[in-house]
Amino acid sequence: MSSLATPAAALPVLQPKDFASDQEIRWCPRCGDYSILAQMKKVLPTLGIPKEKFVFVSGIGCSSRFPYYVDTYGFHSIHGRAPAIASGVKISRPDLQVWVITGDGDALSIGGNHLMHAIRRNLDFKIILFNNQIYGLTKGQYSPTSPVGQKTKSTPYGSLANPVSPMCFALGAEATFVARSVDVDIKHLTGVLERAAKHKGTAFVEVYQDCNVFNSNAFLYASDKEVKADNVVYVEHGKPLIFGKDKKKGIRLHGMTPEVVELGKGITEDDLLFHDEKAADPSLAFLLARFRHPEFPEPMGVLRDIDKPCYDQAVNAQIEAAIAKQGEGDLDKLFESGDTWVVE
Amino acid sequence: MSSTALSGHCPPPQKPLEELDSAVIRFCGDSGDGMQLVGTQFTNVSAAFGNDVSTFPDFPAEIRAPAGTLPGVSGFQLHFSSRDIFTPGDQVDTLVVMNPAALKTNVNDLKRGGILIVNEDEFDNSGLDKAGYESNPLHDENLRTRYDLHKVPMTRLTRDAVAGLGLSTKEAGRCKNFFALGVVYWLYDRDAKPTESWINDKFKKTPAIGEANLRALRGGYNYGYSVESFPKHYQVPKAKLPRGTYRKITGNEATAWGLVAAAKRAGKKLFYAGYPITPASDILHELSMMKNYGVRTFQAEDEIAAMSAVCGAAFAGEIAVTASSGPGICLKGEAMGLGAMTELPMVIVDVQRGGPSTGLPTKTEQSDLLLAMFGRNGDNPVPIIAAATPGDCFAMAQEAVRIAVEFMTPVILLTDGYLANGAEPWLIPKMSDLPPIRIIHPEGKPHVNGSTNGSATQAGPSHNGPAHHGHAESVNGFKPYLRNEKGARPWAIPGTPGLEHRIGGLEKADVTGNIDYSPANHHKMVMNRVGKVAGVANHIPVQEVFGPLAGKLLVLSWGGTFGAVRTAVQMMQQRGQSVAHAHLRYMNPFPRNLGDILKKYDRVLIPELNTGQLRLLIRGIFLVDAVGFNKVQGKPFLVHELTQKIEEAL
Repeated sequence: MSSLATPAAALPVLQPKDFASDQEIRWCPRCGDYSILAQMKKVLPTLGIPKEKFVFVSGIGCSSRFPYYVDTYGFHSIHGRAPAIASGVKISRPDLQVWVITGDGDALSIGGNHLMHAIRRNLDFKIILFNNQIYGLTKGQYSPTSPVGQKTKSTPYGSLANPVSPMCFALGAEATFVARSVDVDIKHLTGVLERAAKHKGTAFVEVYQDCNVFNSNAFLYASDKEVKADNVVYVEHGKPLIFGKDKKKGIRLHGMTPEVVELGKGITEDDLLFHDEKAADPSLAFLLARFRHPEFPEPMGVLRDIDKPCYDQAVNAQIEAAIAKQGEGDLDKLFESGDTWVVE
Repeated sequence: MSSTALSGHCPPPQKPLEELDSAVIRFCGDSGDGMQLVGTQFTNVSAAFGNDVSTFPDFPAEIRAPAGTLPGVSGFQLHFSSRDIFTPGDQVDTLVVMNPAALKTNVNDLKRGGILIVNEDEFDNSGLDKAGYESNPLHDENLRTRYDLHKVPMTRLTRDAVAGLGLSTKEAGRCKNFFALGVVYWLYDRDAKPTESWINDKFKKTPAIGEANLRALRGGYNYGYSVESFPKHYQVPKAKLPRGTYRKITGNEATAWGLVAAAKRAGKKLFYAGYPITPASDILHELSMMKNYGVRTFQAEDEIAAMSAVCGAAFAGEIAVTASSGPGICLKGEAMGLGAMTELPMVIVDVQRGGPSTGLPTKTEQSDLLLAMFGRNGDNPVPIIAAATPGDCFAMAQEAVRIAVEFMTPVILLTDGYLANGAEPWLIPKMSDLPPIRIIHPEGKPHVNGSTNGSATQAGPSHNGPAHHGHAESVNGFKPYLRNEKGARPWAIPGTPGLEHRIGGLEKADVTGNIDYSPANHHKMVMNRVGKVAGVANHIPVQEVFGPLAGKLLVLSWGGTFGAVRTAVQMMQQRGQSVAHAHLRYMNPFPRNLGDILKKYDRVLIPELNTGQLRLLIRGIFLVDAVGFNKVQGKPFLVHELTQKIEEAL
């Protein structure tokens, strides 16, 4: 199989506008999806991949309209099944760069099983999960990521179910790439999408996305410029976990238990937890993924990025090995193998 | 052939040899007794000898139900003949019984005076108790008077035969199926050499076990030859089949090979996604071995994912196929609907089994016809075809692929547990004799200077199917829902520059494929899709009739009941009755001349292994007052049931 990227010189120089489709965008005004779409259109032309080699696959929900707005090959499918459909695309055509666009309900409720298996197989595609903690397209029911107590149309007395953490779910399935960003954090989101695009294997990205109609400001603590510095920690490989407006706070491990500490007063950077996105063991990433506001700053950036064989490549390698060993299959020979007899 | 039946140890048989037209044998015992194995060996040997054969393996859903109990009984029936046969036979001529439970559940199928070979060693108190016998049936006078009973101490004789090989008692006992096979090989004068080589090959790594099985086989053969209770043996001469090279094939093998052959004819690779389910799993197993044919198999996390992956692979441009059985087909309905809505080519094989729900996993039934017809939301028809015999699965699998790519639609192929596991001789085709399946993907146009919408045109012949014209040429870019004269849309695949487009499950505008919910457009698009499937009728063979073209009675059947119905109709015709047979392989749409055929008979009888699903369609579509003959016992029709019913209907 030829490699995905062809030399940049051979390609026309693409611009974000080249990835805009002619379809009218029908998300609500000020929806967080607009920003994610804009950042995606910035990233795609930088990857050195011909436009026709991109495939966007989505499920059902507001986020899943995404493929209609990107001028690549696109498949807006059925609720929850995007990872399974994308698996079919990628296994049969490893030469394509495949993106799965999904939401919290789509990926983690009706599609939880497909998401788990796509991730554990480590298919070489990118999964962008728009998490807005609500069912928007069906007009406001609680979702698998809604916090306990959230009042919605289907939970007027408050939701009773414990939420699932998308990143913990992905790490539980041994995802080789796990990251998080925020819809309006433009630079950060672009950086994360770029990293995801370049990862070989399943790249899982959770994006905090504001549904300003049904769950407005659910992530204000992580997106508002005034407060976010104290509420999130930007993780970087090999660097200590430091956060806060004045960069004075850090995360320290006390045995297996993390704690927020103030730098100074005898605590230095060296005492802090250093981020290691390449750790073979996902435990550290899992520990970070469990950080919840307001007890802890929520991690942003790449929590994990490791190399492992990809399923789609392995499938095709097995085929190539079988052909190398047994020769190209000959149906006539197969039909005549074993016990045959001739009727004169 | 006869005198060299067993290499080595056995002198030529000197007892009289009687020639038979055909014979039906059934091996039955505990599911751990290896009955399927010896049944298959007898089938292979008979097929290779040149008989026509038809088999019916019948086994429990449990891998190992408690040994010796009634639910644990496993049977393998085969019919071998010197003429053309279509069924595994109604009544058994020779029944081999390995334990009391097998006797209890099978003896009623043995014809009066039939040969009953019983392993008497298993008829001890414990065995009798497990089968619910209060006294030993072998001492029952009725059994002796009704049947030609042979009590053989098989367990003991097998142990004696393998003594000295260092096997444990248990290991020695396991060889008794080959002892039984040896007896029957002598009884029907079969050549045991192919089985001997099979044993040598199979037990290469455990030569002691291999040798034990060989000795058991020879022991059984010599037992038949020596004991006085078998005064003669039988020979079934070769059948007069059409010239050519034959092999034995099961329905699932034929389906798998047909799919690979179709992909080859189309110049494509096969993508197959499946989830383990009885009785369809063997298709997955067979295809998983065919890696060097470029076959990509994907054991998905569930039936839904398998169907979804097929949609993805079809979008990506592959020959995409899944197979399952009723419960799995229910789960696939949603993504099948997506396949029909997005108008992508794909094949869904439903190896039908007894339902509803989990039902009878290992037994056969024809009760998914209406599920295939109507099991999706919305007005959402897909072409449906059905295989008639195990070997026909090869042809129909290819036909399913042909229709799918020619009309850009999911196609359902119905087979069933009886066809899937049953075997028959198969005239081996030459791949070079099979015509190509033509697929033309629209060609793209490279992007110039990052150009985008509006620049794409389709060059050259437009899309799949030989009769397509270049209509998709357009100044406004690629039109993914512009149809050809068959109503099919172009199959533009990712990686083609300039043809970037989006498809999905939402209603789309005619021609452009953009989302469109407007009332008139929806009406038009539903009609487009329905009309396209109806139009398949113009591109399938007309229905043939066996027998008089008009008359008193038409027997109308479909799918896996072909053999039994054809045999029954033939018998009635030989008795001078005015009865004809039409066997359907195209279920949706029906062949275009079917309505005319139905009008030419006073009565129409529809035998089905369900409660009347085809009958409902025939009555609804053609306003024909057809009567049904329906059986839902998890078993195929017996010929005499059908002849009786035909007689009543005349």
